[in-house]
Amino acid sequence: MINLNAGAPTGPLAEQWTSYKSGCKLVNPNNKRKLDIIVVGTGLAGASAAATLSELGYNVKVFCYQDTPRRAHSIAAQGGINAAKNYQNDGDSVYRLFYDTIKGGDYRARESNVYRLASISPQIIDLCVAQGVPFAREYGGLLANRSFGGTQVSRTFYARGQTGQQLLIGAYSALSRQIAEGNVTLYNRRDILDVVLVDGRARGVIARNLVTGEIERYSAHAVVIASGGYGNVFYLSTNAMGSNVTPAWSAYKKGALFANPCFTQIHPTCIPVHGELQSKLTLMSESLRNDGRIWVPLDKADVEKLRRKEIKPTDIPEAKRDYYLERRYPAFGNLVPRDVASRAAKERCDAGYGVSSTGLAVYLDFSDAIKRLGREAIAARYGNLFQMYEQIVNEDPYQTPMMIYPAVHYTMGGLWVDYELMTTVPGLYAIGECNFSDHGANRLGASALMQGLADGYFVLPYTIANYLSAEIHTPRIGTDLPEFETAAKGVRDRISRLKNTNGKESVDHFHRKLGKIMWEYCGMARNEAGLQKALGLIDDLKAEFASNVRIPGGLNEYNPELEKAWRVQDFIELGELMVRDALQRKESCGGHFREEYQTPDGEAMRNDEEFAFAGAWAFTGSSTAPELHKEELRFETVTPSQRSYK
Amino acid sequence: MNFTLKIWRQKNGADKGGLVTYEVKGISPDSSFFEMLDMLNQQLIGQGVDPVSFDHDCREGICGTCSLYINGRPHGPLKGVTTCQLHMRSFKDGEAIFIEPWRCGAFPVIKDLIVDRSAFDKVIQAGGYVSVNSGGIQDANSIPVPKHDSDASFDAAACIGCGACVASCPNASAMLFVSAKVSHLALLPQGRVEAERRVQNMVATMDSLGFGNCSNTYACEAECPKEISVANIARMNREFLAAKICAEKEKQISFSM
Repeated sequence: MINLNAGAPTGPLAEQWTSYKSGCKLVNPNNKRKLDIIVVGTGLAGASAAATLSELGYNVKVFCYQDTPRRAHSIAAQGGINAAKNYQNDGDSVYRLFYDTIKGGDYRARESNVYRLASISPQIIDLCVAQGVPFAREYGGLLANRSFGGTQVSRTFYARGQTGQQLLIGAYSALSRQIAEGNVTLYNRRDILDVVLVDGRARGVIARNLVTGEIERYSAHAVVIASGGYGNVFYLSTNAMGSNVTPAWSAYKKGALFANPCFTQIHPTCIPVHGELQSKLTLMSESLRNDGRIWVPLDKADVEKLRRKEIKPTDIPEAKRDYYLERRYPAFGNLVPRDVASRAAKERCDAGYGVSSTGLAVYLDFSDAIKRLGREAIAARYGNLFQMYEQIVNEDPYQTPMMIYPAVHYTMGGLWVDYELMTTVPGLYAIGECNFSDHGANRLGASALMQGLADGYFVLPYTIANYLSAEIHTPRIGTDLPEFETAAKGVRDRISRLKNTNGKESVDHFHRKLGKIMWEYCGMARNEAGLQKALGLIDDLKAEFASNVRIPGGLNEYNPELEKAWRVQDFIELGELMVRDALQRKESCGGHFREEYQTPDGEAMRNDEEFAFAGAWAFTGSSTAPELHKEELRFETVTPSQRSYK
Repeated sequence: MNFTLKIWRQKNGADKGGLVTYEVKGISPDSSFFEMLDMLNQQLIGQGVDPVSFDHDCREGICGTCSLYINGRPHGPLKGVTTCQLHMRSFKDGEAIFIEPWRCGAFPVIKDLIVDRSAFDKVIQAGGYVSVNSGGIQDANSIPVPKHDSDASFDAAACIGCGACVASCPNASAMLFVSAKVSHLALLPQGRVEAERRVQNMVATMDSLGFGNCSNTYACEAECPKEISVANIARMNREFLAAKICAEKEKQISFSM
């Protein structure tokens, strides 16, 4: 086992990033022109990094599987982006945002990275406004804020219910400007299927052109993975259908460590599952918890009547409702962090108080807020979300409470990176959701957009120079090197194996099966016996997939089934790693709740003595078990305590 | 519910293509339109037939990937929603549903129901941005923006770039898309600095990519899933004209000097 070192600068936390920037190496403009960088993914992290690196003068090649960079799944983020601006004068500060993030992550994130993130956050808002992002404003023309879960200040900037789309358009615009100037080459409709290493350094990627099926090679002096999260391992999630782990997984198989894979976030407010054929889940923004109150009936007789549709939720009087978050957590009430809110919903539903016909739903009720503020004010805040809900469920949330249930939304785990966001492979970087760095065991709402943009606009452009400054004598890398040949052959062989399996079941069949195993045994609550069982089930599924998958269509054409097959095969392997990680972490923290480790009143019980580390896994071969390495987490500024939102 | 589907199948850009009939049975009214197509595809895979290719991704109406004419209408029968937000309860049991790719010279078919919309990216590359680099920016609140302007800018910026405006237009004009982007930035002080150059470059690029002209049918507004207003087109025309006049004046001044 190696003891991983993040390489954060020494000295007081508040000065580390400044001192890093003062000491880090630079590349002069003439040399930047001679250096190539590959960026995989065009979400907030990828697009912002590609645009900024190009502005600095590097040659950038950027890849996305979508038809245009503007569609990456960052676009779907609804609620907002945090920044320690303290425009509200309500006691916010860089330290407070840092502290909230560390505490919200249940003390499983690295102090130095989180502090840097908090200190960069105000600049992000400045840049986005300058780009023309139409954030919500007050009548005086200044920016508006709202509050979010896990905090007691209002520091969230938002653009109605589509903050992600507006921020992504900002980054995409900046990227488009660079494409027009000829500094960035865009490769759309490409899957990145392998990372190429030359002499131990990341030097390129192998892509499949999704339109022609061609296997293509691209080289660079450094490779940046910004491919997002792996929530689709659960089949049903709020991620886009195409979101996948493949670029990150190929990095893992080439030697990059994968950290904390079991840390997944189950978002408390999603539209409940309606049936077996469902393909995806829809999130209702956490911002709704600012004004919505969550409840289930106190009385089981009422639950039965609701399920039989004999009464409506509005028929149940105030005294017979259990506002369980307000009851259990009076200090934070409906605004407890996501992991806490999700588990509380599960607890009520498991106890038999779930309100839909499936028994897996609770109410999110706006009637008090509508009474207090008026329908118009509520419509101005959440209009598009209410409309989306009505579209899907066919019920009007202005009239009747929404039904919600937790669903997989975000993954805190990912490629292990050091302070410079470099993985354990030299020259290979990971930014945004695909790395593990800032959110510990649970991410706070409105912090994903912040992290993606901080990494891409303001962190990586500095840290990558520290590496590339030593590369100025390396000539352009040729794609005819034997390493590229071997990697391309590996990709072609795996595609042939998939196609030639000629089995009976579709890719979706396997994906759905995997999702059920993961949700049941490695979802909101986990235990030793269940996880052991999951290992066996995943092993069987892996074998069944290899012998019985059926992929119609040709290899040299647009073939969505082939794309899915590759991704699902990677998800099955990842699922196994997640289960192993959940097994080794014999404690409960954040989104990882081990039933064996809880307080008498059902709260997560951390074990700081033995588990205050990031668990980073090394790939050792397809038939051998992965090896666990540890990065000890040292808390020098905050003192870990049991999180209390009471 | 049961449906007869008449779906456009086309192997690639060079293939002629044509409608093929399929039957699907036992569909829940709560299923989304794409879940119904997923079910058809599972059926086809079972029969060893190449499944129907269609563009889709977020399935929550925001990424703008999905498209389709459904019974001749972009994004189907409902107002203000994308195809991915459409549910089968909006159709009659036993109904025949025609499903086709968008037809416009600037959006060539790639396969079946998938078209290439990269022309939109080219329009944005021609000027759909504010030319600022990352870093060295003043405090966000040092640029106050009247709430009214900011809200109007947001309304224009809500465009998801799906191309329904082009698909619905008898002339295949991209005016609604381009004007939404022009308006989004022209309404904000940050975007004013380059407004004249921007509108001229974006319009010139739009014209060069094979989109048709606008003849004020307003079909684009009626079919836009984000309900972007045609007032944006009027605003763009005004911006364009002003920029032209300005450019002419400057020319005259430089001649006379």
